[in-house]
Amino acid sequence: MAISQFSYSNIPPEAEALRTEVRAFILDTLADYPPTLSAQSWMGFDAEFSKKLGARGWVGMALPKAYGGGEAGPFARYVIIEELLAAGAPVSAHWIADRQSGPLINRFGTEQQKQHFLPAICRGESYFCIGMSEPNSGSDLASIKSTAVRDGDSWLVNGQKVWTTNAHHSQYMIALVRTGEKQAARHEGMSQFIVDLSLPGITIRPIRDLAGGEHFNEVFFDNVRLPADALIGTEGKGWDQVTAELAFERSGPERFLSCMALLKTLIDAVGKSPDALQAREIGRLSAKLLTLRNMSLSVTAQLAAGEHPAWAASCVKDLGNAFEQEIPEVAQLLLETEPRQDGGSEHARVLAYLTQMAPSFSLRGGTREILRGIIARGLGLR
Amino acid sequence: MREIFEATIERLFADLATPAYVMSCEGGEWPAELWAALDESGFTLAGVTEALGGAEASWADMYVLIRAAGRFSVPAPLGEALLGNWLLSRAGLEGRAGAISVAANADLVLEGERVYGTVYSVPWGRNVEAVVAIANSPTGVAHVVLLSRIAASELTLSLNVAGEPRDDLGFTSAQVLAQAPLPGGLDANVLELGGAMLRAAQTAGALHALLDMTANYAGERKQFGKAIGSFQAIQQQLAVFAEQAAAAGIAAEAAFTESSAGLAALTIAAAKISTAEAASVGASIAHSVHGAIGFTEEYPLHLLTRRLWAWRSEFGSASLWSQRLGTQICQGGSDGYWPLLTSHGQQPLTRLASNPV
Ligand SMILES: Cc1cc2nc3c(=O)[nH]c(=O)nc-3n(C[C@H](O)[C@H](O)[C@H](O)COP(=O)(O)OP(=O)(O)OC[C@H]3O[C@@H](n4cnc5c(N)ncnc54)[C@H](O)[C@@H]3O)c2cc1C
Repeated sequence: MAISQFSYSNIPPEAEALRTEVRAFILDTLADYPPTLSAQSWMGFDAEFSKKLGARGWVGMALPKAYGGGEAGPFARYVIIEELLAAGAPVSAHWIADRQSGPLINRFGTEQQKQHFLPAICRGESYFCIGMSEPNSGSDLASIKSTAVRDGDSWLVNGQKVWTTNAHHSQYMIALVRTGEKQAARHEGMSQFIVDLSLPGITIRPIRDLAGGEHFNEVFFDNVRLPADALIGTEGKGWDQVTAELAFERSGPERFLSCMALLKTLIDAVGKSPDALQAREIGRLSAKLLTLRNMSLSVTAQLAAGEHPAWAASCVKDLGNAFEQEIPEVAQLLLETEPRQDGGSEHARVLAYLTQMAPSFSLRGGTREILRGIIARGLGLR
Repeated sequence: MREIFEATIERLFADLATPAYVMSCEGGEWPAELWAALDESGFTLAGVTEALGGAEASWADMYVLIRAAGRFSVPAPLGEALLGNWLLSRAGLEGRAGAISVAANADLVLEGERVYGTVYSVPWGRNVEAVVAIANSPTGVAHVVLLSRIAASELTLSLNVAGEPRDDLGFTSAQVLAQAPLPGGLDANVLELGGAMLRAAQTAGALHALLDMTANYAGERKQFGKAIGSFQAIQQQLAVFAEQAAAAGIAAEAAFTESSAGLAALTIAAAKISTAEAASVGASIAHSVHGAIGFTEEYPLHLLTRRLWAWRSEFGSASLWSQRLGTQICQGGSDGYWPLLTSHGQQPLTRLASNPV
């Protein structure tokens, strides 16, 4: 049965040894970094910080040395990213390149594509965004309408993407578009392209979120001419490639650490002598956090072993998102703190920010209902 | 060792711990046939060192035995025997074959070879031959003691919600069967911690069985002309159940695996909390999906759900362990928080005297 996929995996000592190093680096580089900024978690953008990490060898670190990577195991990368997330370091610039675009190019790319893209990713200089969603295709991703049509030696792309995180800061998008006949079976006829976002015909417009932030965008393609080698992987196999990518996208510690900054300000605001309710709730949340981390490490081990833990990754994301979303609620339960956009205590400002961000946790990367549908399929119900 | 353990014990339980047998033992009937088979296989001594008569299995190995006991609703103190024997062995005492249990909550004074006082909520206290507990010498030194049940001068019977015996035993100048000082590295609440770990594993096993049972039922039961498992509302509930069952499994396994030297207190606390929550969610969804048939005595669903309701509160509820964990976290402040969580396997847990079980 599917739940047997989860078995305990410890972080090996050689990966664990990196922890001290990355903690020292964070202490050094982000001294006095305020909780209101670390609350942005993996939405905090700072290209200089990404380059410093790249110089340390901590971006694309699991990629082959031949392309600038460190050939470190997945657990070494896990230690680095969980420490960065726990500290609320601004990792947004390189996040998607490190987590999924780099591994995707390494897995499906040609030799030339690997040589071209991977070294800059590993230096923390080259940023990617994910072009999947479209205005009429959210959960139903297979219904996308954007197209790429062969035109001599190149491809002509038309259509629109939306909710594209960091498109306005990235050099490249990996876009999923239709390349096959309209009548083709639902999951066929799609392909992935590495789109250079500086090409003519591309318009990128930031969409402000409910808290006034500019993280995601709408992206328009108007007869954008891509070279033949912009195709990544196999023509027509875009859906399978995207599905493989999603296991990486859904199982990492960013799926349950988004409210770490708030958990920390809450612990300090409660103080060293918590009452029974405060101690219970903080203890309960922390137990969940430990369990989620063990689940996530288990999926990491499965990915490392070349398995396809789509089912287990969905469990991590859905449980993890519910956990993250509970933290602002518990903060309200435990203390009489009014959230503050401006003024007020640091805790009040972090609470205000993350209360507003929380709804997005269970939307980005796949909604609650879609994840639970995948889990139900694994139980043999669909 | 783990694979052999698991295969052997599952066969044994599948043969003997049938739903009818489990049901017939509820209320305090001792499962003599089942226990004889366990005794003969030597499982109860698994955690004892070879020198003291055991197999020197680690907690990681023993995890599968206890999880299987949960999966089959085994009406016997297998986990308790493993824990008691492990502690005897750690204290340099010989393992004891036969029916043996533990007392996590004890109020005992040891004077020479004699004990005075009471042990509370001993699983199968009325049935076992001996009980392992912690007793204090008059000067306050904690000792591991092995008590003979027939030496008890008082017996107060009670049953948990699954009809499993949880009895109090009183002793007045009773001769101990064995005793030794509590070895270094083990805390006076070692049996409470160990007990919480056992219940976490049993809960994980029972949830696994309950999920299988419920998913199968959803595939078979038809309403409105189709299997109820094809309704999205049912699918979404079962997905939530599966997540909780998976969380319970990994939390329990972490507790056992990280208990290599002593008992990994912080990880055990997390496991007890996570499995207790999963028990509540899982039992509720299982009943909802089964409809009225699951509410009958005849249908074996309740063998699992009533145990989940019993076990989640034994050896400390989620609230109790959460409060201990939370207090320790708050005392360490936010700077100590992440370092504490990332070294959980090595972390002790502050015992709160104000929170006895
Ligand atoms: C902060 C943020 C960042 C994002 N970044 C990116 C990005 O970088 N790249 C990208 O491509 N996309 C991105 N997205 C988009 C995200 O992937 C979509 O929001 C998500 O897939 C859901 O699509 P939708 O918003 O159109 O909602 P819809 O699909 O319209 O869903 C609305 C509701 O209907 C439910 N629903 C839909 N179908 C079903 C069904 N079959 N059964 C039951 N319920 C159903 C959903 O679960 C949800 O509750 C981002 C979104 C957010 C909020």
